[in-house]
This record gives sequence, C-alpha cells and structure tokens, in this order.
Amino acid sequence: MLEIMHTRPQSLFDQLDAMQRLLSRSFGGEGAPGGIRSVAYGAFPEINVGRTPDSVEVFAFAPGIDASSIDVTIERNVLKISGERAAAVPPRDAKAQVYANERPAGRFSRAVSLPDDVDPMRVEARYRDGVLRISVALSAAAQPQRIAVR
Amino acid sequence: MSERNQLTDPKSAASSERPVSPAVDIFEDATGITVLADMPGVSRERLDVKLDGDTLSIEGRVELDAPAQMRALFAELSVPRFRRTFTLSRELDAGRIEANLKDGILTLQVPKLAHAQPRRIEVTAG
Repeated sequence: MLEIMHTRPQSLFDQLDAMQRLLSRSFGGEGAPGGIRSVAYGAFPEINVGRTPDSVEVFAFAPGIDASSIDVTIERNVLKISGERAAAVPPRDAKAQVYANERPAGRFSRAVSLPDDVDPMRVEARYRDGVLRISVALSAAAQPQRIAVR
Repeated sequence: MSERNQLTDPKSAASSERPVSPAVDIFEDATGITVLADMPGVSRERLDVKLDGDTLSIEGRVELDAPAQMRALFAELSVPRFRRTFTLSRELDAGRIEANLKDGILTLQVPKLAHAQPRRIEVTAG
C-alpha cells in the first residue's frame, strides 16, 4: 500500500482514492490483496504466489496454452509471464450460435514483483493441468546465517 | 494480512467456502452444443461431470503440487473448487455427452437428438 502512495500524485484525495480502490479489491471477497503490479481485477491468467524457506513459488492459472509458447522472463526481480491463447468460439461468420464467451483469449501479459532475496539465475518453470508453476530459488547469501561466537 | 489460504495450505479443511464458477464458452452448431470450461489445476481424478435428469453439473477440485512448507503471499484464485451447472434443453441427447479434459480445459460436446438435427427434406415432383 505504501508503494501505491509513492507512485501517485501526493494530494490527499489521490491517496484516499488509491487506498479506497486497494481496499475494495482486497475485500471484494476474492482473497488477499494483489501486488502493485496486479493489473485489472479479472486479469488473465490469475496468479498465486507463495513462499517456502528457500524459494518463491508463482502459480499462473492458464489452461489450454502451448507450454513452449509461453514467455517467462525475470528482469530486476520482476517476473513477467506472457503468451497467447487462441479463441475457442467459432468466428462470427461460421454457422454457429455463441451463447457464452467468458474465457479470455488473445495475447496476455502479467508481471509479478518478486522479493529482493531471489536468485534470478535459479528458476524452474513447469506446466501441468493448465497451471504454470514457476519456482525461483532464494539467493543463498540472503539466507539467515548462524554466526558462531567464540 | 492472512498468510494462509486453502490453495497453498495443504492442511486446511476441504472447502468451507463456496466454489468458484469456472469461465465457460458455449456455442451451438447444427450437430449440437459445445461447452468449454477453464478448470486449471484440475486433473481427471478430481473432476466430476454429472447428469441428473436434464441438469448437467461440472465440479473440479484444484490440486497444486505445492511444497508442504509453503505459505501464501497473495492469491487471486483463493478457492480450490470449481462448480457450475447447466440445464440441457429437450432436443439435446444427454445420454451421448462426450467429455474431455486436457491442460485444465474441460470440453463437453452434447449432440442433438437425431430427430432434432436440421434435415433437408427431399421434395419429389409429381
């Protein structure tokens, strides 16, 4: 929340407005607050981030994508996931009637801020059952180190 | 800020929360209706497709291969269950539904009953 305040003009109304929007997203009933780089509510793919003692785990829920075409990059601790999903509904001129078209289609791109202590050289990405799982190891230097006292 | 949620805490009780409705595409052509549902993280063992009379229901449980000691930082998908129901109209042949699950997409194809399919009627002369 502090980050949002610093990227916006400092007028009181702007700060209250930014806080209001962050809160309504947080308590809209859909889970914990998103990071500052979470784009619009309902962006595709949805992302969950977790942390273990030695890694950060990012899960992107993206069914029906060709794994080899997903673009995963890390730059300055920002993880970016981009790709494209083909539309499944028939085009307008086909002899078909479309009743629902809720599944996002087309190009997508999402960015996630990673904590400062990640090691961008040690990343693994796996795609299974429509979930892209990206594991980023934490850098060894950032691990708490026990110092012996003589 | 809550640091645990059902999708990343393996020990939490199975869904006390309402399931999420999966996004669907539905279209119909001459031969029948096709439904595609986004159910990421659902494998075949965790998927239930049920037909009860003319009500079709799809339900899937999300399972992530997350490490046991993981704690959540943030979660946009926070309920590990998908569920949605549809009412099939009379001209659909519910008994011949075909279901396919691949990469988290459930595809259902329901053909129309034979007599309900558009047919060209031959006109004889004289």
